[in-house]
Amino acid sequence: MFCERAMELVRELHRAAEGRLPAFNEDGLRQVLEEMKALYEQNQSDVNEAKSGGRGDLIPTIKFRHCSLLRNQRCTVAYLYDRLLRIRALRWECGSVLPSALRFHMSAEEMEWFNHYKKSLATYMRSLGGDEGLDITQDMKPPKSLYIEVRCLKDYGEFEVDDGTSVLLKKNSQHFLPRWKCEQLIRQGILEHVLS
Amino acid sequence: MSEAYFRVESGALGPEENFLSLDDILMSHEKLPVRTEIPMPRLGPFFLDRSGGTETDNAIPQGSKLELPLWLAKGLFDNKRRILSVELPKIYQEGWRTVFSADANVVDLHKMGPHFYGFGSQLLHFDSPENTDISQSLLQTFVGRFRRIMDSSQNAYNEDTSALVARLDEMERGLFQTGQKGLNDFQCWEKGQASQITASNLVQNYTKRKFTDMED
Repeated sequence: MFCERAMELVRELHRAAEGRLPAFNEDGLRQVLEEMKALYEQNQSDVNEAKSGGRGDLIPTIKFRHCSLLRNQRCTVAYLYDRLLRIRALRWECGSVLPSALRFHMSAEEMEWFNHYKKSLATYMRSLGGDEGLDITQDMKPPKSLYIEVRCLKDYGEFEVDDGTSVLLKKNSQHFLPRWKCEQLIRQGILEHVLS
Repeated sequence: MSEAYFRVESGALGPEENFLSLDDILMSHEKLPVRTEIPMPRLGPFFLDRSGGTETDNAIPQGSKLELPLWLAKGLFDNKRRILSVELPKIYQEGWRTVFSADANVVDLHKMGPHFYGFGSQLLHFDSPENTDISQSLLQTFVGRFRRIMDSSQNAYNEDTSALVARLDEMERGLFQTGQKGLNDFQCWEKGQASQITASNLVQNYTKRKFTDMED
């Protein structure tokens, strides 16, 4: 039966627990496209035979292959689109710099799409809130206070606060810092938000 | 679970599947019994035990009974049944419908083809004379099972739920998961953790993996 390879692509994505991005399956995609080419060529030849050779009985067969072509197309497009949805989520969850492990999972075109998306988002954010713009990727949960207590989970080094002073973020040290400076680091797992 | 990832939802319960939905693609891969109404040349190699051999141009003969995936059956079907006619899978037929109406809760819908409701809804496209009964049965089965799903999803907190979801079909499992998320979010809010900024799940997973790569 046709479209088995295409189904494997879909299953691979479906299996990846919500939101995780598996490596781009270039091989699989190439095989699906090859199958589509073969189906298309067989149909071309059968259509000619049906028209000029009077083989009207080939029509169901042509339809069968055509359905398979459409199915391959659907699986491929859904695969690529779902990956883009996951990549888009990465901008919101990991920030504008992706962990290097993830970059290897993306194709060159996907990386390009990610960069375009980042730019669009940045342009949009700059257009909000008057002159300064508004970072809407911050404050994902409604803030309760300006300053928060954080504990450092990993050694990070010097960290500069708005008034010029810097703080040494060493593992297990605790600090009282402005919320807006810490949010990114907490999301990245470097700091931990401590509730009093 | 990634909070920023919004996958394309299934449309199978409605009039049409969603083209881009991975769930719908998986659902429409399930098979149903069909009968060919006309010979189909050159496709014999796919159904070797039915093939007519080279004298018939390797055709699948007319009147063959085959199991085809839903997507293919949908594509080849038309209301004049020129290429194939479709049979209802057993669990949508009268016998099983009676079982469902007796007690919908005892049935293992995951075993009965994991997309019971979605597949059943899309089956209605084949204009069976039993369509009204099938749709009634789908609805009543769900109504009969819903209460238990809602109850269990709202009361299982921090425990192993595999026994509770084992006999649910995919749609019901999605519902159960949604219920669990609601419960967990509420508990988190009650504990005062709703305003706590947390590390992103995705980032945590990828940083963990990096250490294992280094060890190799």
